Amino acid sequence: MGVCEIDKVQNIMELGKISTLGWMYTLFFVYLGSSAAVFGHWLEHAGPRKAGVVAALCWAGGLLISAFGVHIHEIRLLWLGSGIIGGCGLGLGYISPVSTLIKWFPDRRGMATGMAIMGFGGGAMIGSPLADLLMKHYQTDTSVGVWETFVTLGVIYFVAMMCGAFGYRVPPTGWKPAGWQPVAQQKAMITSRHVHLYKAPNTPQFWLLWGVLCMNVSAGIGVIGMASPMLQEVFGGRLVDLTVTLAELTKEQKGAVAAIAAGFTGLLSLLNILGRIAWASASDYLGRKKTYFTFFTLGMILYASAPYAGSLGSVALFVAIFCIILTMYGGGFATIPAYLADMFGTQFVGAIHGRLLTAWSMAGILGPVIVNYIREYQIDVLKVPPAQAYNTTMYVLAGLLLIGFICNLLVKPVAERFYMTDEELAAERKLAHDSSSNSK
Amino acid sequence: MHGTGDNNEWHPSQASWAMVVVSWVLVGIPLAWGIWKTLQKAAVLFK
Repeated sequence: MGVCEIDKVQNIMELGKISTLGWMYTLFFVYLGSSAAVFGHWLEHAGPRKAGVVAALCWAGGLLISAFGVHIHEIRLLWLGSGIIGGCGLGLGYISPVSTLIKWFPDRRGMATGMAIMGFGGGAMIGSPLADLLMKHYQTDTSVGVWETFVTLGVIYFVAMMCGAFGYRVPPTGWKPAGWQPVAQQKAMITSRHVHLYKAPNTPQFWLLWGVLCMNVSAGIGVIGMASPMLQEVFGGRLVDLTVTLAELTKEQKGAVAAIAAGFTGLLSLLNILGRIAWASASDYLGRKKTYFTFFTLGMILYASAPYAGSLGSVALFVAIFCIILTMYGGGFATIPAYLADMFGTQFVGAIHGRLLTAWSMAGILGPVIVNYIREYQIDVLKVPPAQAYNTTMYVLAGLLLIGFICNLLVKPVAERFYMTDEELAAERKLAHDSSSNSK
Repeated sequence: MHGTGDNNEWHPSQASWAMVVVSWVLVGIPLAWGIWKTLQKAAVLFK
């Protein structure tokens, strides 16, 4: 839900601090990553259909609990519904299509994961304006329509997710597209063998890729949180052709600036989604390591250039920089499962991806904390003007990308001893096949 | 799309293609609406 919806929930719940509601988001991110990590192994055995049904029940159930929480003014029900239960549902819902699509498209893993994760981002394109529309529809003199919107969204998501879950088809064992041969013999960074879920965290590659995802997402979350206020405070009146600062604008002028900033946020969301399919598909040709090399190198240059674009007063340059950054943020999310499949094979890629998503949970805490702490410290302690308080933050975020760059540079093929033997693989495939046959 | 598994050739059925088309229509229409709404909002930035 968008910022205006958050404000409405905030007002309805009569919460003193935005951080009280912010806990819902923290719990959401933590449980998203944790559930993907804990239930990923179950998904590989039970199949994506069962996982999809559980995800639909959790996500829709969480929205209904939240609706009840809003109705009776109980914030803890929002933490439970949208934070904990909804987070678990989304974690399972996130990894199940990725795991399935990678197995269907072993020749175009990046395109497959890009498509799955673009779909996840595309949901926001529908959900946010739909929530806005529903609240306007349900609004009365005595209600702003939030709990009714939660209920309606819960029902719509449940139907859509159940249709998706029952539409899943798992490829037959040993599936490969007609005429395609595995390329592992030619490319050292793509294996045709498989690492067991339990052995993956014992490899340095797992933790290096964890660092790659965590740093890319931390920097991205930080920049997403900053983009809109930064645009308003850095350019102020120039956004509406006036040569005054944001503080000097009238209420109407501030409203016009806020509308421009909202448009900027929308544009960033769109580019985040497009970046997922574009960069992930490109990684099939560039290679995963080179793709992340591009993200981190270009990212560092762009993060460090944003304050300069602000000082030049060039809105177009500033917007262009953030748009490219956001494509790489989305691309980072979408390319990581294909990177994992290249390093660890496809047998447990869903479960290993689930465990790697704990990096997202960590980034969901790290990114906002870094941005907020540095900003408060600069304004409150160093007395830096608000418009300039973002500069140091951007340099720190570029520093996070440098750590990610080093992690990516150190990624090498997995050592022979970590791969499953043919007997172990056959036993795992039999187990997965038996479980999925029983569920039909 | 067609290919091979361990034991035999695999081809999608006509029903599978029909489901793909219906699914894309059901997802594509609200997605296009969402993108359109986002672009309308973003257009303010370029005025």
